[in-house]
This record gives sequence, C-alpha cells and structure tokens, in this order.
Amino acid sequence: MNRTGTAYATWRDGWRRFTARKYFWPAVLACGLAFSIAADRYDFVDLYVQLIVIYVGINIILTVSLNLINGYMGEFSVGHAGFMAVGAYTASLITVHVLPQSVAAVGFPVAVLAGGLAAALIGFLVAIPSFKTRGDYLAIVTLAFGMIVKSILENIDAVGGPRGLLGMEKLTTLPWVFFWTALSVWVIRNLVYSNYGRGVLSVREDEIAADLMSVNTRQVKIIAFVVSSFFAGIAGGLFAHALQFINPRMFDIIKSTDVLIMVYLGGIASLAGSIIGAVIYTLLLEILRPLGIWRMVFMPLLLVVLMIYRPRGIMGLRETKLFEPLGDLVTERLWRKTKKEASDAAP
Amino acid sequence: MTASDLLLTVSGLCVSYEGIEALHGVSFEVAKGEIVTLIGANGAGKSSILRAVSGLVPYAGAVVYTGKDLKNLPADRIVAAGIAHVPEGRGIFGNLTVGENLKLAAWQRRDKSAVARDLDRVFDLFPRLRERTKQLGGMLSGGEQQMLAVGRALMSDAELLLLDEPSMGLSPVLVREIFKIISEINREGKTVLLVEQNAHLALQIARRAYVLETGRIVLSGTGRELAGNPRIREAYLGG
Repeated sequence: MNRTGTAYATWRDGWRRFTARKYFWPAVLACGLAFSIAADRYDFVDLYVQLIVIYVGINIILTVSLNLINGYMGEFSVGHAGFMAVGAYTASLITVHVLPQSVAAVGFPVAVLAGGLAAALIGFLVAIPSFKTRGDYLAIVTLAFGMIVKSILENIDAVGGPRGLLGMEKLTTLPWVFFWTALSVWVIRNLVYSNYGRGVLSVREDEIAADLMSVNTRQVKIIAFVVSSFFAGIAGGLFAHALQFINPRMFDIIKSTDVLIMVYLGGIASLAGSIIGAVIYTLLLEILRPLGIWRMVFMPLLLVVLMIYRPRGIMGLRETKLFEPLGDLVTERLWRKTKKEASDAAP
Repeated sequence: MTASDLLLTVSGLCVSYEGIEALHGVSFEVAKGEIVTLIGANGAGKSSILRAVSGLVPYAGAVVYTGKDLKNLPADRIVAAGIAHVPEGRGIFGNLTVGENLKLAAWQRRDKSAVARDLDRVFDLFPRLRERTKQLGGMLSGGEQQMLAVGRALMSDAELLLLDEPSMGLSPVLVREIFKIISEINREGKTVLLVEQNAHLALQIARRAYVLETGRIVLSGTGRELAGNPRIREAYLGG
C-alpha cells in the first residue's frame, strides 16, 4: 500500500519535472509532426482513422478560437460557422480557380492562410458595430451574421449556390492539420498569457473595472474577435479540403452550436479543456454513429447531465500546468529580491 | 492656493440618469498634494461625481485635469492621464490572481522597471498582498480586497486617486488601517479625492471638505472647520 503510494509519487514527480523542462513542448511538437508526416507518407494508419484525426484537429482549432471569445472574454458569439464558411469558400476558390492544378498542393498553405485572413477581415467588420456598446449585442449580431453568410452563399451562382462548391483536391493532410492546430493553440495560449490577454480576462470579470484599470476594452475585444475569426477561417479552409466538397448548409447554426457544445463541454477559459472537449465530442459522434438519428438524442442528454454535474465544463476556468508560463516575470523578480534581502540580512 | 497648484477643476457638473438629474451643477477643485473629501448621505450624488470625472457617465459641465479638458475622453485614457478611480464595491477581478489584478492596473504602462518598482512599493505598503500574490482576488477578505483595490490604483502611476467609500463593509480596526494608509500615500505625494459616508474619519484626514446634499454642494471648508460645524455634527457625526 505504502510502496505503491511512493512509486506513484516518484512517477508523478518525475513527470512533473519532465513536463516543466524547456524542451518538453519542442519535443512533443517534433514527435507529433514526425508521426503525422510518417503516417501520411507510409499509410500505416487507416484512412478512416486519419480522417477522424483530421476532424479532431479542425474541431480543436474551432473550439480553442471560440473559447477566446466565449470563455476568456465572457462574451457570447454564436457565429463561428459563418467565419468558418468564409475561410472555407475563400480557400476553395483559390485552390480550384486561382491556382493552376500543378501548384495547388504547394499553394495550399497560402490558400488556407488567405481563408483565415478573409475571415479575420469579416470578423473585424462584425466586431466594430458589435462592440460599440456594452451588453449582449454580440450574440444577436453573430446570429444574424451566420444567417447572412449562409443566404449570400446560397444566392451566388459562381460558388455553386445551394448546391455547393466542389473540385477541391484532398490537400488537407495530417501534417498540415497538426501544424495549424499547434499554431492556433500556441498563438491563443501566448495571447491569453500576455498583457493583452489579461485585458481580455478583465473584460469578462468586470468591464467597468477594466476601464478603470486603463484597459482599452474596445480595442481588446476587437483584437480578440479578429484572432478568433482568423482561426475559424483556417479551420474552414482545412475542412473544405478534407471533405473536398462544401455547401452553405454545412455552415448553419447547427455547426456553430457544435462548436459551442465543445467549448462548454471542455470548459470555458481553458486550453486543455478546449482540446479535451473537441476530442471527446468528435470521437463520441463517431462512436455513436451506429445509433443513427438517436445520436442527436444522446448528445444533448450528455450535455444536460454535464451542466447539472459540472456546470463549468470538464476544465472550466482551470488550466493544466503544461500551458501556464514557467515563470511570471514581475512576481518572480520580486520573490528573488525578497529572498536576496533575507539572505543579505541573515549573516 | 494658486492656479498652478490646481490639479482638478470641476465646474457646473450635471449628471442625469434616464432623464432624472442627480447632480445639479456641482463645482469644486482639488489642488496638488491635498486630501479633499466629499461627504453626504446616501444618494447625495457623491459617487456620480467620481464616475463623471473618470468618464464612466456622460455629463454636462466641465472637468479639467492639469489644464486638460477630460470631456469626451474614454475612461482608459483618463486613467492614463493620471486619475485612478477605486470604485464603490472595489471592482476586484475575482477569478484572477492578486498578481494579475495588480498587473492589469499597469496595462497601458510600458516602463517595465518603474512598474516593478511600483509593485514593490505596493507590497511594502500591503505585505498581505505579497503573501497572496498567487491567490484569486475573490478569495480575499473584504479588508484585503480593499487593500488590493488601493494597490491597483497605485500601480496605475496616477497622481490623483479617487476613492469611493473605502471604509464600506470593513471592521472599525480595518477602517482605521485603511485611513492610515491613505494618509501615508498622500504624504508620499499622491493627491486624494475621497468620497465617504464615514464623515468623522474623513474629516480628520482631509485638508478640505465639501458637503453634498441632493446633488448640490451646500457647504465647504477645511476638514477641521466642518468637523466643528454644529450643523455637520448633528447631520453626519451623530451630535
């Protein structure tokens, strides 16, 4: 009994020391990238499994980026699918119509990036009126935005109208998904722990107090919203080139709701939570596929149970040590200073 | 008091909430290095004055700080200009740590070494905060939260502190402690505009005071004068 306890403590301490090392994240990223490239090239992973992993990655990007708005900033956006649609259509139009067939594969990252930038630009335009006043306008504006995007796409024949757009090659591969997922988590993690990120959190906590702390709340909200839209656009580009077919109905309110569920399942204001939420939700949907339409009964039930027993989600407002900064500059310096003073005073 | 010493001049300040005027043309001034207090009963408009000065509510009239018109400036720019406001109820960010709360107050400051020095200063004034740097603001006791609120105001490097009811909800011992610290901060060069219901203590530490009744200033004078004024004694100091 005691021995197993000690063994566990030793193992746990070792793990903690390992994860606290500077090379932990580079090692994880290098392994992940190497594995994804190998799996892609040598095909030792089942194609169906590969596709599921790709969906998991895309959903992680969507969840982490929406969590920036709904979790960290405490606003309520329901238009994530709209931004995803902007990214998906922009990237697809570029790979299908702009780039010649021969360079489509090379130009794919550029197309995805363009999709992200287009979504960011639209996000900026949505953010300006939404954040002019305080309150719950964002939910209404983003709801309307989602509908507008869908109807616009349905009425433009050049992008296929309601039939949708096809002709994309399967350019979304495991390495690319890994790259974009890691990038989005990294960027949002760094944003959250920056001075700007503290501003984002203060908006959630108490907007008036944030103003009185000299936080430019309007600027902070707009920047967070643009970053969030950007990554939704990236996810859209990847999604379009994984499925090789998109139509406006794929990006309706149901899709936005899916992302909301993943955010609140995993937990608000948590990167680890977003990843867990996206993984669990995507896998559950696949596992429950044999249930057919009953899936749509099971999933909401799961959500209700979750809200009763864990109202903040699995990791709500908590973070694993893995994502937290190793040392906080200002406080760290202070501790060192007091320690030094104490040792100076001792002899 | 010469014109160059004037830090804050408020003239003809009118504030309305949904069409009902709460302040009817209030004028007063605060000079460099003073503690000025606004006393008055509940609903007299004390907090509205502070909210107008820091740009949280629209108003008619003029608010001039070191020669600069503050009208139409957003709240965050007013803080950057040098006015820190500790709001009623303190406005602590409950889900953020004490350290994060303090750093947020320096949000617009880019002089890192000065920020670190101010943080040091705050921890010297409030050793409790140093012990609790990693704790969540919401977990602090009322007194500690008030200390954190004042500490945040100091972190913004403002010259003028607007303190709204710092004694609210605190035990008498803690109230005395907070007032001692306000005096100390003032001695070190910060100017303080203090809004208080605890007129007794406020008049003790204030150099000058204004008495507010239903949105108008009805009396002003030095803290000592007002503390000796029979009308004030009866109305605010309990006979």
